[in-house]
Amino acid sequence: MAQMGMVMNLDKCIGCHTCSVTCKQAWTNRSGTEYVWFNNVETRPGQGYPRRYEDQDKWKGGWTLNRRGRLQLRTGPRWKRLLGIFASPIQPELKDYYEPWTYDYHALIDAPLGDDFPVARPKSLITGEDMKVTWSANWDDDLGGTTEMGHLDPIVAKVRQESNEKIKFEFEKTFMFYLPRICEHCLNPACMASCPSGAIYKRSEDGIVLVDQDKCRGWRQCMTGCPYKKIYFNHKTGKAEKCTFCYPRVEVGLPTVCSETCVGRLRYLGLFLYDADAVTAAAATKDEKQLYQAHLDVILDPNDPEVIANARQQGIPADWLDAARRSPVYALAKKYKVALPLHPEYRTMPMVWYIPPLSPIVDLLRDQGHDAEEAGVLFGALRELRIPVEYLAELFTAGDTAQIDRVLSILAAMRAYMRNVTLGRPADESIATAVGMTGTEIREMYRLLAIAKYDERY
Amino acid sequence: MASSPTAGVDGPASDALLSIGKFFSRWEESDDGRLVFRKGGRAGDVFYRDRWSHDKVVRSTHGVNCTGSCSWKVYVRDGIITWESQQTDYPSPGSDRPDYEPRGCPRGAAFSWYTYSPTRVRYPYARGVLLEMYREAKQRLKDPVLAWADVVTDPERRRRYQQARGKGGLVRVSWQEAVEMIAAAHVHTIKTYGPDRCSGFSPIPAMSMVSHCVGTRFTQLIGGVMTSFYDWYADLPVASPQVFGDQTDVPESGDWWDATYLMMWGSNVPVTRTPDAHWMAEVRYRGTKVVTVSPDYADNTKFADEWLPAQAGTDAALAMAMTHVILKEYFVDRRVPFFVDYVRQYTDLPFLITLTEAPVSDAAPHGGLVPGKFLTAADLAADPSQAAPEDAWKTVLLDAATGQPKVPNGSMGFRYAESGEGQWNLDLGDVVPALSLRDAKVAEETAEVLLPHFADEEGEGGVLRRGVPVTRINGKLVTTVFDLMLAQHGVGRPGLPGEWPTGYDDASSPYTPAWQAEITSVPAEACIRIAREFATNSEDSEGRSMIIMGAGICQWFHADATYRAILSMLILTGAMGRNGGGWAHYVGQEKCRPITGWISLANGLDWSRPPRTMIGTAYWYMHTDQWRFDGYAADALASPLAEGNLTGMHTADTIAQSTRLGWMPFYPQFDVNPLDLADDARAAVDAGTAETPSAYVAQQLADGKIKPSIADIDAPENWPRTLVLWRSNLMGSSAKGNEYFLKYLLGTHSNLAAEEGAADIRPKDVTWREDAPEGKLDLLLSADFRMTSTTLLSDIVLPAATWYEKNDLSSTDMHPFVHAFSPAIDPPWEAKSDFDAFHLIAQELSRQAKTHLGTRHDLVAVPVQHDTPGETAQPGGVVRDWARGDVAPIPGKTMPVLQIVERDYTAIADKLATVGPLADKLGFTVKNVTFPMADEVDRLGRTNGVMLGGAGDGRPAIDTDVKLAEAILAFSGTTNGELATAGFKALEKRVGKHLHDLSEGSEEKRITFPMTQSSPQPVITSPEWSGSETGGRRYAPFTVNVERLKPWHTLTGRMHFFLDHDWMRDLGETMPTYRPPLDMHKLFGEPQIGPDGAKQVVVRYLTPHSKWSIHSEYQDNLFMLSLSRGGPTVWMSPADAESIGVADNDWVECDNANGVLVGRAIVSHRMPVGVVYVHHAQERTIDVPKSEKTGRRGGIHNSVTRLLVKPTHLIGGYAQLSYTFNYLGPTGNQRDHVATIRRRSQEVQY
Repeated sequence: MAQMGMVMNLDKCIGCHTCSVTCKQAWTNRSGTEYVWFNNVETRPGQGYPRRYEDQDKWKGGWTLNRRGRLQLRTGPRWKRLLGIFASPIQPELKDYYEPWTYDYHALIDAPLGDDFPVARPKSLITGEDMKVTWSANWDDDLGGTTEMGHLDPIVAKVRQESNEKIKFEFEKTFMFYLPRICEHCLNPACMASCPSGAIYKRSEDGIVLVDQDKCRGWRQCMTGCPYKKIYFNHKTGKAEKCTFCYPRVEVGLPTVCSETCVGRLRYLGLFLYDADAVTAAAATKDEKQLYQAHLDVILDPNDPEVIANARQQGIPADWLDAARRSPVYALAKKYKVALPLHPEYRTMPMVWYIPPLSPIVDLLRDQGHDAEEAGVLFGALRELRIPVEYLAELFTAGDTAQIDRVLSILAAMRAYMRNVTLGRPADESIATAVGMTGTEIREMYRLLAIAKYDERY
Repeated sequence: MASSPTAGVDGPASDALLSIGKFFSRWEESDDGRLVFRKGGRAGDVFYRDRWSHDKVVRSTHGVNCTGSCSWKVYVRDGIITWESQQTDYPSPGSDRPDYEPRGCPRGAAFSWYTYSPTRVRYPYARGVLLEMYREAKQRLKDPVLAWADVVTDPERRRRYQQARGKGGLVRVSWQEAVEMIAAAHVHTIKTYGPDRCSGFSPIPAMSMVSHCVGTRFTQLIGGVMTSFYDWYADLPVASPQVFGDQTDVPESGDWWDATYLMMWGSNVPVTRTPDAHWMAEVRYRGTKVVTVSPDYADNTKFADEWLPAQAGTDAALAMAMTHVILKEYFVDRRVPFFVDYVRQYTDLPFLITLTEAPVSDAAPHGGLVPGKFLTAADLAADPSQAAPEDAWKTVLLDAATGQPKVPNGSMGFRYAESGEGQWNLDLGDVVPALSLRDAKVAEETAEVLLPHFADEEGEGGVLRRGVPVTRINGKLVTTVFDLMLAQHGVGRPGLPGEWPTGYDDASSPYTPAWQAEITSVPAEACIRIAREFATNSEDSEGRSMIIMGAGICQWFHADATYRAILSMLILTGAMGRNGGGWAHYVGQEKCRPITGWISLANGLDWSRPPRTMIGTAYWYMHTDQWRFDGYAADALASPLAEGNLTGMHTADTIAQSTRLGWMPFYPQFDVNPLDLADDARAAVDAGTAETPSAYVAQQLADGKIKPSIADIDAPENWPRTLVLWRSNLMGSSAKGNEYFLKYLLGTHSNLAAEEGAADIRPKDVTWREDAPEGKLDLLLSADFRMTSTTLLSDIVLPAATWYEKNDLSSTDMHPFVHAFSPAIDPPWEAKSDFDAFHLIAQELSRQAKTHLGTRHDLVAVPVQHDTPGETAQPGGVVRDWARGDVAPIPGKTMPVLQIVERDYTAIADKLATVGPLADKLGFTVKNVTFPMADEVDRLGRTNGVMLGGAGDGRPAIDTDVKLAEAILAFSGTTNGELATAGFKALEKRVGKHLHDLSEGSEEKRITFPMTQSSPQPVITSPEWSGSETGGRRYAPFTVNVERLKPWHTLTGRMHFFLDHDWMRDLGETMPTYRPPLDMHKLFGEPQIGPDGAKQVVVRYLTPHSKWSIHSEYQDNLFMLSLSRGGPTVWMSPADAESIGVADNDWVECDNANGVLVGRAIVSHRMPVGVVYVHHAQERTIDVPKSEKTGRRGGIHNSVTRLLVKPTHLIGGYAQLSYTFNYLGPTGNQRDHVATIRRRSQEVQY
């Protein structure tokens, strides 16, 4: 089947939140969804939005394998959940997102003559009462408050379990990066499986996961089911809402709002072809660290004649197959293998993938006096990244640091290889070979990542 | 679809249960029932499909001071603006480069919120108290001007409405009544005190040229004063005019892509250059190394290969040490031909400096030699009195081959004199300049020179004794700038006397890597390594080492010194004037690309010249009485080797002297109404008692019969009376010393706790009145679309159209395009564009003028200006004061230019709406290139039509915003190829080099307003700027200078390391140097930095630019507040927080003598100890409680700052150190302040 997918190159993300704002303006700028950000950007380390959503021990999102090795929602077997349908599901409360607020702005204009400057005080959008703002959609942006609260990041906690030395919130050891998030439009969506009303569906032509606003009965089981907490409850309509992958735009050939407005130019959209029959088995791969490979295996080669023939047979039109061949997300995920899924261990088979952030890479080598651009040094430095590889591995590879090393090596090799090209020196093919690529492949990948023309991103 | 035995979901029981559900609804699903597939276009999708629908999409942009100049799509449905997203149709820079799309940021994306927000100003408002009094008087007197006068001249009533400022009580008025009061205030002021008591402030023309132009034009037509912004904002890098003779010229961000080594120094690119940051991220993939210098773990450090966390304000120490390494390894140990050839041709390094005897002082008890002045051709003459006047402006170097002095082309002496035609160029012919005296066959001696340094923490200053090779020319002992630079940086050579560092590891000798490590905390090894990488990269890539510099280092008191230190690295390595190399200074959106059209029309040069423009910093420093609170005298900052030009002077004295000598402007100019003065002067000429009006005025001044206003600044006749603010939020954003503004300028309440300066440091040339006046302004008027600290304080508030409701133009230095604002909707409620508002005011003023003003003459005093022959008024950079009897008072030479201008006040509206006759008669001149306008005026008359009747009869119409936009585009070389080529041809005559090919072929190209609405338009290469876009290359500054040998606009015609003006010497800054942040303890008695053990900590109070606002814009926007902390914040380090028991999100107060800010703490380990970040322009409008300290509303960020004027920024009349508006002037720097932070009661009151 065909699936729209997205790849975000975190290495280029500047954490500006333009995507969040344009998305919110377009989709959730209305009552009932004040607290809702279909697209949000998190500073990592940080708790994310809603707070600690990655703590599945608490929120019970996604899938696990039961004793039989079959997939089972973390909330328990389906019959059990159906019986508990009227009970309050496990889901974040407003305080875990944030209590949306406004200000009595009109006071600035209407204030009668008094003895001091008029001021607009914060007022809760829920209760209408005065409030002190204590949490927002992005409270720990740029490591705000991280010294006190950083340990609440579930990944920080996990990495520290292995070694307390790995992450220290000290000036000299500061690191951060940004993680923009939308709905993953999973191949194996736990939200859909959780819905008692059958209101959530995956579009057969492009795999976009939607909530049918007519069918939704507001059970909110989907919110529990989604481990990424990307389904929101509209408290006005009493229905679930979620990122729609901007289908009204995608259908007419426009990129999603978040992609087109991304000023870091780090989002790629495209089509995947995948083997729908293999999804369940792949999602049930026993070893969590093998889930990434299993996921890759489900994604089919759009240039493979057999795949093309099968797809034609399934009724996938020729222009879609064309799109699949030109798909930048396919290239990044499967050809160059630099993009990785977010939390594969949730077993939902997410389809928004990420290129992990490379930098900063060499500043910890400063005392050693290395030439930062020398390829060998770059590779050697990977383990010295400011961002602990273990942290990235917990995000993208269920803890498999080797895959992170591999991707970062490719990115580092690209920089080393291209420096010679830029300075008009002979290219050093050994740099490409060292990461299992050819110089031509490096240049092609470079074009996609660096030049990143509009037509080639989407 | 078959499932394997284990690969299903849950188990069989579950499957059975689930299948029951299918009786209720049918859908296509996977066999295991886990997946539901449906085809698109079903009813369930309708909601979102419906939401994504609109009637039209309109191109516009945001007129905000951010350099973004991003083109946006504004979506409109049912006549309502719904949202915006970015345009992606910028012309491509090429197939092998990234594109400019999409440009934008979260702030811009949130703009449409303002359109219908509850903070929108929907109607005109006036302060109720004032309005009542005005109405009463009007009822009584039947005339608006008499009514206004009646209210404002009554001390009791005046005080009542002034004290109500900022305290609410605004009431709705009609446009008609608002405009009537505004006009009356202006007419009354012009009539009673003079037009130079009317002032206006609106910054950054490039962000909406038409809106800026119309109000400025109005102000200049009435003879009012426009105060500057670029220097006032401390965005002006004063080093730029000092070193380059240029305001600022920088590469577009697309040129970062050409860099192969990229440093970001005090510039947090992702936050402050959001739409351009991708170039920095992407160029790394080409193998470009990225290095950041920042005291905190700034956002851009995420991208950096190396982070040099230099302590705040110590950046020059790091740069000096890097330059030390570069000079030693690339100029002395090894001579890199690429570098040496470059500096010989393009810099002042080979030029000769005289050495003179230092006066005996504590620092030099036995005297000694110090660097003096540039040797000039006049010094070579056997009889100097026979030398041509221009010889004093021709600098001299040595021919390496012959050892003979040579006067090469290109210096200032060739720029204006008839004898220099065709020779103002950098062509050295056969001469190879001796970089060091040792390179020439001359009778070499050596000498020890005394060089000032300020390496100790208090910045007290000391003396370095280092040697240089010297020789004698015509009896004068000389050496080269290069030899002095080696001495300054402590790079020794064999056989030279003096004390030298023993090596890089010598921490005791200034400017070594080890020395800087103790100051900056950057390890010496890192300093050495980065310096080497930087220089080697430049050698390998022919100058593609680039430094992006920003407000983090630009807004310090001594930023000019810091910048010069950093620029040294770039100039020495041949990186300036290169694509991919050189400085990339981005603070302020300074580049209005169609500059000639905008500046000429804005200043009303088509109707009358010269305009009154004012250095903002000095204006506010004096008029808000901050000068009364200086804790130190100007000479407290002087070099230990100073010769005494500043001795005993207060900073106010330095401004007074600068004004008196024609260096810098000051307004009001004199203690009399310039209209009356013009009458007197004309009468004196008619009576035969004076030769010219200006001679009459000069004599009156010399006789003390009239006095400069600054001499008694607090006298009522010298107050500014009206202030018009549009496109600006002075009181909520840029007003450094905010509480002084409130108290003295506006006369309302404040949080000020400062004490006036002691009697022994008070000024001599400025009268000290025992009681400083409170409430100088009669009228504060603002136009805005949202409620700001400024509108809260204004007497009258006009509802402005937003950026989605008018036509205008935008450009920036970051990209090479000009594009449009267009109205997506008509201005709602009673909002009007600035354009319409000023026309209404002008019409009413013209009407009222019939009774009260008529046609008058105005005596205008302006300083001598850069890029005019006036800049050669005062040779040698020597201070000669007519008021002290040093020289005769000669207008335009030893004192300001004095000129009479006719003003028909009944015709202001007509003139505002038409292009005046001086355009065709004189053309428009920018940077001494005159563009002929006759054809263009004629053409514009045919496209725009002409006005009929009145003063503008038959003249081209600019009576709509679109027509004014067309005029700006038509009158500029960058948007009118014919003018560009004409300008180059004019310049060629002087330069003697081929230039006009740079725009040849573009003569037919005329960018019109509709073109800018259809898509962003790339501009044409023009002599208005220093770089070239010819052939589609990326814009980089000074490429024309380097490639075409066109001189820089400096004394030598080259980039300057050495500045020999008397005041530069007395401040110890003839060469790049390190000056530590000001010691606020010593200068102002503020406590020492650090915790005091009593729950308060003293920190450096820094106000960097925010992620959630563009200055004050957007900081009140609900989206930005929801994504951040929802109100004013104070970022601090865990250690500082702990020392005062502060937890994240606790309420804290920051205060010092200037005022107090209340905010909530953000505690983060990314912050260094001893520093807080109170992000710039956090206003007092949103969630600001009352201060525990004062009981009044705390904030804004500038409540805790005040102005500190650096005297050397006031130098004028001397080549590149000459005034031009926004080009040179004292910066309103604010980074050196310290504040005390306390945890306050968490129970806050509003």
